[in-house]
Amino acid sequence: MAQPAKTPVVFAPWEDKTAKPLIEFNGVTKRFGSFTAIDNISLKIYEKEFFALLGPSGCGKTTLMRMLAGFENITSGTVLLGGRDIAPVPPNKRPVNMMFQSYALFPHLSVWDNIAFGLRRSDMPKDQIGDRVEEMLRLTRMEKFARRKPHQISGGQRQRVALARSLAKAPKLLLLDEPLGALDKKLRNDTQFELMDIQEKTGTTFVIVTHDQEEAMTVASRIAVMDHGKIIQVATPAQIYETPNSVYVADFIGDVNLFEGNVTATKGDKVEIAWAEGQPSIHATAPAGTKSGDRVHFAIRPEKVSISGDKPDDAANAIQGTVHDIAYLGNISTYHVQLSNGLIVKAQAANNRRLSRRNFTWEDQVWLSFTDTAGVVLNK
Amino acid sequence: MRRFSWFNATSLTLGFAFLYIPMIILIIYSFNGGRLVTVWAGFSTKWYGTLLSNEAFLDAAWVTVRVGFMSSTLATILGTMAAYVLVRGGRFHGRTLFSGMIYAPLVMPEVITGLSLLLLFIAIGLDRGIITIVLAHTTFTMCYVSVVVSSRLISFDRSLEEAALDLGCTPFDAFRSVTLPIIAPAVISGWLLAFTLSLDDLVIASFTSGPSSTTLPIKIFSAVRLGVRPEINALSTIMIGIVTIGVITASLINKRAVTKRLDDEQKAAAA
Repeated sequence: MAQPAKTPVVFAPWEDKTAKPLIEFNGVTKRFGSFTAIDNISLKIYEKEFFALLGPSGCGKTTLMRMLAGFENITSGTVLLGGRDIAPVPPNKRPVNMMFQSYALFPHLSVWDNIAFGLRRSDMPKDQIGDRVEEMLRLTRMEKFARRKPHQISGGQRQRVALARSLAKAPKLLLLDEPLGALDKKLRNDTQFELMDIQEKTGTTFVIVTHDQEEAMTVASRIAVMDHGKIIQVATPAQIYETPNSVYVADFIGDVNLFEGNVTATKGDKVEIAWAEGQPSIHATAPAGTKSGDRVHFAIRPEKVSISGDKPDDAANAIQGTVHDIAYLGNISTYHVQLSNGLIVKAQAANNRRLSRRNFTWEDQVWLSFTDTAGVVLNK
Repeated sequence: MRRFSWFNATSLTLGFAFLYIPMIILIIYSFNGGRLVTVWAGFSTKWYGTLLSNEAFLDAAWVTVRVGFMSSTLATILGTMAAYVLVRGGRFHGRTLFSGMIYAPLVMPEVITGLSLLLLFIAIGLDRGIITIVLAHTTFTMCYVSVVVSSRLISFDRSLEEAALDLGCTPFDAFRSVTLPIIAPAVISGWLLAFTLSLDDLVIASFTSGPSSTTLPIKIFSAVRLGVRPEINALSTIMIGIVTIGVITASLINKRAVTKRLDDEQKAAAA
């Protein structure tokens, strides 16, 4: 290839129109009696992706995953794996393995036998099974615990054994159901990076189910945000965070300030939004097709709102308020600023000075400012 | 430690006295040297010797043990299958009816069970003997097994079976290599329960036994009708001994497994 070597290879098969998806959901619906758990979902997941299904409990994310494993029947629609309809294939014949939320380690078998369990039921020759198990033990750094029973190891170790067991058969697709839910925060953060490492090393496609947005943002190449059996948005973590397509996504991922108002003027992609009596209009950038008179939400992340004592001269937007509350988080502080109409706006500032020299305290009059591209205008 | 209380101590003593004094008296009198059951005439083990030379009792004991083994094994297989279907089968048509029907023999008077089995065996022309007792005992002990096994299955983590399927097991292989080893203690105690029930059943056995297949309880009962002899005391003491050893062994195995597990888990959490 004549391409300059400097260009970084961006992994984005979903942008490539010719790429063949590994998994394809086509209009999939699942009903339990009169309850619709999955509502007409279409979705493509590509090889080597680390795909996260994110949503509150009961949104259908686990059901969607269990369909891939073969534990739930599909009411209507088709699920293709590598171009083949998998509906008639029983779980034990699918090239898919799952890591269960409870880990589901077999309590009567040792760590070694747990990992070998799937291999013994595959067509792998007996003399290669031992090597493969050792390889998995090394990958998850569990060599020392091979002879222990699951109840003789700690929670974090069990999680690694479960991962080793589900990876042992080198599945095309690995499903992870809230894999880190039972670990404490510190261990969870370490394990997230370990998971990404292992995913990269093995080149397996991972689909992870989680309700923890931070976890999804950290590990995933793409995230599908779900609610009530529907997919609201599928995009990369950065896109989901910076350009959510709806109030639901903006609100679900991270912290956000929402202003509801009417568009009063448009000029190119710039709009003015009148949102409250006696408050200055918000100047923002809107997607094409936004017209005067539209009812919209303006969403802006707290870290994109600056806080200052004097009115900034050159800011596109500046609103006055009083400091209502300060949440000190060490590295950053979140200021809750109350506007004259009672609305509370959150602004974040990095604590690059020591506490004693900080500028603002409770009941101070402050100015909040942000540029006209800092937030997003949402019309649903 | 909780403070010692006279009230608790008294109720405990009374309760255990009520349960065990009759048996203790029986055991003591089995070592009575005299011919009369109710008059103490010095310590002796001669009735145990007499018992061992009594062919009729030994035959009956052999019949009882064989019936017990066969019927409790059959009942364990059928009862485990029934429990598995009722707990795992989901909501199939008539599930409530089936689960009600499987537990009905628990409260059915034995006389009725025995009589209806007798009528059935006559109707199909099956000669009464060991086979008919085995079938009858399987019928009434199976529901006990399925109660014990299904209560274990209800608390069984379903995802273990799903993990086995996910790793390439057929449903039967998953049951054999994952479910069964884990619920084994419940299956074993179900078997022990069935064996014990079969061992001391008198009513149903007397309806379904034939002339050549007298079980020990029938033998004892008919012997007692002619007057209690000291050998019976000796025999009963042996039976109490066997049952006690069995029950204590089973509970010790169970308890050790549990404490070892808790201990290991604590160590793992601390590590």
